[in-house]
Amino acid sequence: MPGTSSHSAMTSRSSERFGKWLVSAPPLVYLLFFFAIPSLIMVLASFRTPGEFGGLSPLVEDGRLDLNLDSYVRFFTESVYAQIFVKSVWYALLTTLFCLLLAYPLAALIARSPKKYRDLLLLLVILPFWSNFLIRIYAWMIILGPNAAMARAVNGVLSWFGHEPVALLFSSFAVLVCLVYVHLPFMVLPLYANLEKHDQALLDAAQDLGANGWQRFRRITFPLSLPGVYAGAALVFIPALGIFAIPDILGGPEDSLIGNIIKQQFLETRDWPFGSVLSIVLTVAALVLAGLAAWVGRSQLGTRSSGALSRA
Amino acid sequence: MALLEIQNVSRRFGDFTAVDQVSIAIEAGEFFTLLGPSGCGKTTLLRMIAGFDLPDDGRILLNGEDLADRPPEQRPVRTVFQSYALFPHMSVEGNIAFPLQMAKTPAAEVPAKVQAALEDVRLIGFGKRYPHELSGGQKQRVAIGRALVTHPAVLLLDEPLAALDAKLREEMQIELINLQKEVGITFVYVTHDQTEALALSHRIAVMNKGRVEQLDQPAKIYSFPTSRFVADFIGKCNLLEGPVTASGNGVVTIDAEGLGPVRVASSAAVTGGKSGAIALRPEKIRVATSTSAVGATIAEPDRRPEAKPDGRSDTESNNHFRGTVTDHLYLGDVTVYIVSTPQGCKLETLLANSGAGRTKFFEVGDAVEMSWSVDAGHFIS
Amino acid sequence: MRRHPVALWAAAAAGYAFLYVPLIIVVVYSFNNSRLNAEWVGFTLDWYDKLFHNQEMLSAAGNSLLIALVASLVSTVLGTMAGVAMYRYKTRLLPILVLTPIAIPEILMGVSLLIFFVLLNFTLGLASVALAHIAFCIGFVAIVVRARLAGMDESLTEAARDCGATPWQAFRHVTLPLIMPGVIAGALMAFTLSIDDFVITFFTAGAGTVTLPLQIYSMIKIAVTPEVNAVSTLLMLLTLALIVIASRLTPSLLRSD
Ligand SMILES: Nc1ncnc2c1ncn2[C@@H]1O[C@H](COP(=O)(O)OP(=O)(O)OP(=O)(O)O)[C@@H](O)[C@H]1O
Ligand SMILES: [Mg+2]
Repeated sequence: MPGTSSHSAMTSRSSERFGKWLVSAPPLVYLLFFFAIPSLIMVLASFRTPGEFGGLSPLVEDGRLDLNLDSYVRFFTESVYAQIFVKSVWYALLTTLFCLLLAYPLAALIARSPKKYRDLLLLLVILPFWSNFLIRIYAWMIILGPNAAMARAVNGVLSWFGHEPVALLFSSFAVLVCLVYVHLPFMVLPLYANLEKHDQALLDAAQDLGANGWQRFRRITFPLSLPGVYAGAALVFIPALGIFAIPDILGGPEDSLIGNIIKQQFLETRDWPFGSVLSIVLTVAALVLAGLAAWVGRSQLGTRSSGALSRA
Repeated sequence: MALLEIQNVSRRFGDFTAVDQVSIAIEAGEFFTLLGPSGCGKTTLLRMIAGFDLPDDGRILLNGEDLADRPPEQRPVRTVFQSYALFPHMSVEGNIAFPLQMAKTPAAEVPAKVQAALEDVRLIGFGKRYPHELSGGQKQRVAIGRALVTHPAVLLLDEPLAALDAKLREEMQIELINLQKEVGITFVYVTHDQTEALALSHRIAVMNKGRVEQLDQPAKIYSFPTSRFVADFIGKCNLLEGPVTASGNGVVTIDAEGLGPVRVASSAAVTGGKSGAIALRPEKIRVATSTSAVGATIAEPDRRPEAKPDGRSDTESNNHFRGTVTDHLYLGDVTVYIVSTPQGCKLETLLANSGAGRTKFFEVGDAVEMSWSVDAGHFIS
Repeated sequence: MRRHPVALWAAAAAGYAFLYVPLIIVVVYSFNNSRLNAEWVGFTLDWYDKLFHNQEMLSAAGNSLLIALVASLVSTVLGTMAGVAMYRYKTRLLPILVLTPIAIPEILMGVSLLIFFVLLNFTLGLASVALAHIAFCIGFVAIVVRARLAGMDESLTEAARDCGATPWQAFRHVTLPLIMPGVIAGALMAFTLSIDDFVITFFTAGAGTVTLPLQIYSMIKIAVTPEVNAVSTLLMLLTLALIVIASRLTPSLLRSD
């Protein structure tokens, strides 16, 4: 029975149209008001001049409209911001890579486990994600702290070689470890969803043809899982790019990322236009990369035999 | 005046016409069937009657009143869905009571009415069960009980038996006929199964590509298909095509391809040279071994009752052709034989296996003689 | 089932250890009789006792609970509507508005709402935080509800209409009871998201309002103290309970779709 058809026809009656509005209007209006309009205001703010005491200067002053590209010019001319931006992208890329390396065996193991254990194993991956974000950062403060076992062990070894002791906390190392830790579940989920659909018969066939474990992985499993890899990469990369709490808590002074600069512009310097420019650059970068991942993922799926992915 | 009138109804999806200028008048108390292949628009038509969908053109009248402005809940029409659509969170009683509650029936009267409906569909004692605790046939009965409890004017059934196994389907067919007689409600029944349609209905509308091809009583549709489509769709049928060579005196002769001149009783006035076809049911063809010219036949095989040309003797059959058995298919009660003529025409014939242990009359390669009377076939212009 | 190579087992075990050891350490040290989160000294419940006498902490917890209650309640209603509308009607704008807040970095929503509230002269505080939380929770509820609807036989709603129910009655008596587990799961998710949220709260709370995550933030910016371990442990317990209930109600929550 064509279920969707009913609505197109039923909605042509005025009472049904009224029902449609009754249901969609409240969330629509709410999100227009508290998401769409604020976002547009931010775009507008990026073309304005900062006010004398923070915020924005009046929109119309001395009969002149206050709209300019000053903040954009500043972003593209002061190299320090470009550097921070590049560093943020670099950290996000490293995070994505390490997440992939850690997530792959997890996802593969879950996908190959007996059906009755899969949900539990998956739940175990997701649960840490649901614990408080700050608690997860805090946990690394403890682990990497100067008095903790890990720092003492590392410095013990270093002193053997006559090396100066190093601080693990408040370092790029701490920031990266925590970035990976926080985003790992985002990589496992899409990977698992993809790997779970793989047809075991393909691997059996490959083994039959004489492929060893590594060859089977490199030639069959991995290429087929690329859509999952791209999806996971987008899910990790985008939030990692905008993060500010992790460098703020675990990083040193030179670990400031774009998120920290945005926070600084809004809460300390109170230069809203420039903060808005940074936010917009971040959004554009995130959306472009997400679109790229989706596009690559789809074209990969198209060229490779998608039939091999669907067993059920 | 008919109870339910469908007047020139069309429904288009984009540039695809799912229902095309359909006009049907259904009488009160009738068991009416919409029959047609998958995708011919049966469900779409039914949904428009129920009010889930609106016609792009035309009108649907119930008791003379246009239903266009009435949403589904305000039409005295109930649907029995193919998927049963029982509410999983309500017991059988809850499901059947639901239409009563929606109709604001006084609470005191509800239990008695529910019981009566349960009785109608022979489900006494199942009232407290939940849908997932029922078999397919029982679910179907609940769906029918729920639809009947408020005594609607028309009951719409969309392939209600499609999901049941063959044996249960037959049982339910008999029950449906009895139930319809008992409650006297008009049934509009959708199916793509021609035997089901023939067995159940007072009248059948055969649909194809959104149009009604033929609308008549089952026996008429079976014996006198008016189009090639109907002939082919309703039961097995041989279509003998060729130009008309003669007509008159109630007999039309066509020069059938791969066969030769075939005579058929028809009052149609057709001019010679026009192409036509004869629809010939397999069971109407007599088959005999042709060893000698003088019809040294084997024992006249038993036939199905409807194949007996009533009132006429066998000598009157005046279409005779020779051929060779090229295939046979044993179907239990009957065996199908494919007979090919030397000119390459293949005819399907059918013999009943009524003799004990008898499964075959002919072998592949046997030379046989086929014959049928002039009124065995039906001329389609 | 074929046997897994040892290497795969080892790598996956390391993955699970990586996920859980940090959290376990937090919990364990919350019972440690030492100021330093470094060495196990002995068992104590002192930190919890301290916690329950910490006035700031208690008021922050109260704020968090209040915000989470309001935000989850409102976002459940709006999110259910959005889920139903997205499933049932062909709307272009709604899915974009509902899903983008989930997809973009949180900080963007935080700063844009900050500008918005300040320009409107809306005092930052409990109300602004709740309004912001509702905006990003709607999407999560809508996704769960829509998934639940997709798993429901569409002809059930039609059957209800056929039985004489108005659109509202059909929703009330048939659709809603059937999607209820999804709605409840969505509500629990929204509650969890709200009570745990740090980034958006950080920008929209203003100076005077402190929630639990903000309180934790200011404590760990100053020093590591086992009191934070104690409050973290309690918060994790709460979240765990809510999420386990939610995933019981909709098994599909676990799947990535
Ligand atoms: N909402 C719709 N949008 C587009 N096309 C539709 C829609 N609903 C039905 N159709 C098309 O209309 C045609 C008739 O559909 P319908 O469901 O009425 O067929 P049916 O006769 O009931 O077939 P079946 O026996 O398979 O149920 C089909 O080709 C179908 O694809
Ligand atoms: Mg149909």
